[in-house]
Amino acid sequence: MSHDFLQINDLRVSFPTDDGVVRAVSGLTLSVGRGETLAIVGESGSGKSVTAQAIMGLLNPLATEIDGRILLDGVDLLACDPEHRRSMRGSAMAMIFQDPLSSLHPFYRVGDQLIEAVRIHQDVTKKEARTQAIDGLRRVGIPDPERRVDDYPHQLSGGMRQRVMIAMALINGPQLLIADEPTTALDVTVQAQITDLMMDLQQQTGTTMIVITHDLGVVAEMADHVCVMYGGRVVEYGTTDAVYYRPSMPYTRGLLASVPRLDGAYDEHLDPIPGNPPSLIRPPSGCVFHPRCREREAVPGDLCSTVEPDLVTAGPDHRARCHLLTEGTP
Amino acid sequence: MAAYIIRRVLIMLLLLLLLTLIVFVLFSLLPADVARLTCGKICTDQTIELNRIRLGLDKSVFEQYWLFLSALFVGRTYGIGDGAIVCEAPCLGWSFTKSEPVLELILQRLPTTIFLALGAFVLFLVGGVLLGVYSALKRGGWQDRTITSVALIGYSLPSFFFGLVVIYFVIIRWQVLPFPQYEHPWDDPVQFLQTMILPWLVLAILYAAFYTRLTRSQMLETLGEDYIRTARAKGLPERTVIRKHALRAGLTPIVTAAGLDLAGLLGGAIILEAVFSLPGLGGLAISSVVNPDQAILVGITLVTATFIIVANLIVDILYAVIDPRVRVA
Ligand SMILES: Nc1ncnc2c1ncn2[C@@H]1O[C@H](COP(=O)(O)OP(=O)(O)OP(=O)(O)O)[C@@H](O)[C@H]1O
Ligand SMILES: [Mg+2]
Repeated sequence: MSHDFLQINDLRVSFPTDDGVVRAVSGLTLSVGRGETLAIVGESGSGKSVTAQAIMGLLNPLATEIDGRILLDGVDLLACDPEHRRSMRGSAMAMIFQDPLSSLHPFYRVGDQLIEAVRIHQDVTKKEARTQAIDGLRRVGIPDPERRVDDYPHQLSGGMRQRVMIAMALINGPQLLIADEPTTALDVTVQAQITDLMMDLQQQTGTTMIVITHDLGVVAEMADHVCVMYGGRVVEYGTTDAVYYRPSMPYTRGLLASVPRLDGAYDEHLDPIPGNPPSLIRPPSGCVFHPRCREREAVPGDLCSTVEPDLVTAGPDHRARCHLLTEGTP
Repeated sequence: MAAYIIRRVLIMLLLLLLLTLIVFVLFSLLPADVARLTCGKICTDQTIELNRIRLGLDKSVFEQYWLFLSALFVGRTYGIGDGAIVCEAPCLGWSFTKSEPVLELILQRLPTTIFLALGAFVLFLVGGVLLGVYSALKRGGWQDRTITSVALIGYSLPSFFFGLVVIYFVIIRWQVLPFPQYEHPWDDPVQFLQTMILPWLVLAILYAAFYTRLTRSQMLETLGEDYIRTARAKGLPERTVIRKHALRAGLTPIVTAAGLDLAGLLGGAIILEAVFSLPGLGGLAISSVVNPDQAILVGITLVTATFIIVANLIVDILYAVIDPRVRVA
């Protein structure tokens, strides 16, 4: 495990608010191997974006408390000099966001935004940076990049804008790319194109990738490993196959059952998980998922509501956080 | 971009034309008998009738309007023969109470009013924007809280009362400044500054408070935008994120507001001149009401309204320069 490219240890992120402390991430431990693609799934509010922003260092330090360790290729991101960390953003690690329209500055030409990204990290002339920008646009499949480079974001379609964001993220050859719901804001027809593009580029460059998504189809297509988050915690982690075919935690099973599947494994009916996401200010005692769990009867006593289960081995390269795995009556 | 500007300028010219018509018709609807007002001390019915003809008041409103409009370009002669008065183009009317062309009268006093308005404008804009940006960057800190509270107080000060209080203390009680005696800046710059500093401050303070609050909220909103997060994700130093990405977007609405307020400021300046006894358009307007002279009032109304329209044009063009999305529309 120590040679993993990205290693997160007991990450805790909380936001002090007027209503109390929001514990968005509570003790997240995770690792991603070099060149691998990890998918993070989980319902809204489970802490996916906060985790991504903690890795990138995009959380406002004045309004956030962060604890734990994040090692990127051996560099401790939370402990290193902020200036060094800034210089890693956009070069060692890059991120693309959900809404490409609002993520591009409306007043600047896409070319200028790309050129800016190049020149922060590379000591090149404007002309050379422009050439790189055009090449970058070509690489993400934007037709006629010599002309498009002078467009403003509002002159491009949603899919094109997301391609620009991808070009911008990749322009300095980052080793880690984080994509936070890169297709959610796009038309269904365009979603597949963007997914394909990211997979192609990942193959070409060998970039390590973290994809946050609600689309389990995207997960199956792109990811080597899947991490399921719930209430700011990892509740299941494993290879995509293991998690899909042997989900070991009731929440994961519910998640998989709530989407129609083409391969017939769970295709009987749509089955969204009943109940509401847990409060992050006053989380439930014991297992955070227990108030919504349909399988807790299988665990003896009131273990689920009193003791938080550990992340235990559920198979080779597969772990889950559930009392069923240790105490359950099969 | 060029097409956009040309279109805006054409619209502005049309608007100006419409403005002259409206102002002219409005004033001609007033019940005052201009012929009687302009006839002087020894007034017989005969002189009033002669005056009426000399001023063209016997003609229809639209003929009068046409005379007024053409005078702007070719000048106008009031009356015939020896007693005729020639008003050369551009002629904005003739003041019979002061026996001078209206334009001349206005141009003499315009600089003072403009200096007052512009000085206050620069003061409140620079002050308000700087304080607002600083406050937003220090959000929640003691600097932010101090600035926000002071702005709130400034915002609720009644400016004329405040002006009088300031005069009382600064000039009469403490005698920090000499009594206001206006001189043009090219004649006596020191005297000019000494006279103008108080009216500038009084006129600017309300706007400065307003702009501090506006800038602060605009900056906070902009700093929460997704593209600011993108700028940070690129690895830009925070300085550049603020300067290049946040300020440009955050200050755009300020440009619009400021352009519109510049017009309102002109009105405020005209009124404040009375408090500080400055020889600007305000004094002229007041004397033309007390000692009625409709020609001057029409002239002042037109000149100030023209300023408002031109300020609007400048705002529109600036907006298009700043925000590329506007240019297509
Ligand atoms: N700056 C903040 N201040 C206070 N609470 C925050 C802040 N940012 C996020 N949160 C809270 O942290 C929790 C996790 O948010 P996060 O954005 O990570 O969810 P997510 O898993 O990405 O959900 P989604 O699928 O909707 O994007 C949410 O309850 C959110 O309200
Ligand atoms: Mg999110």
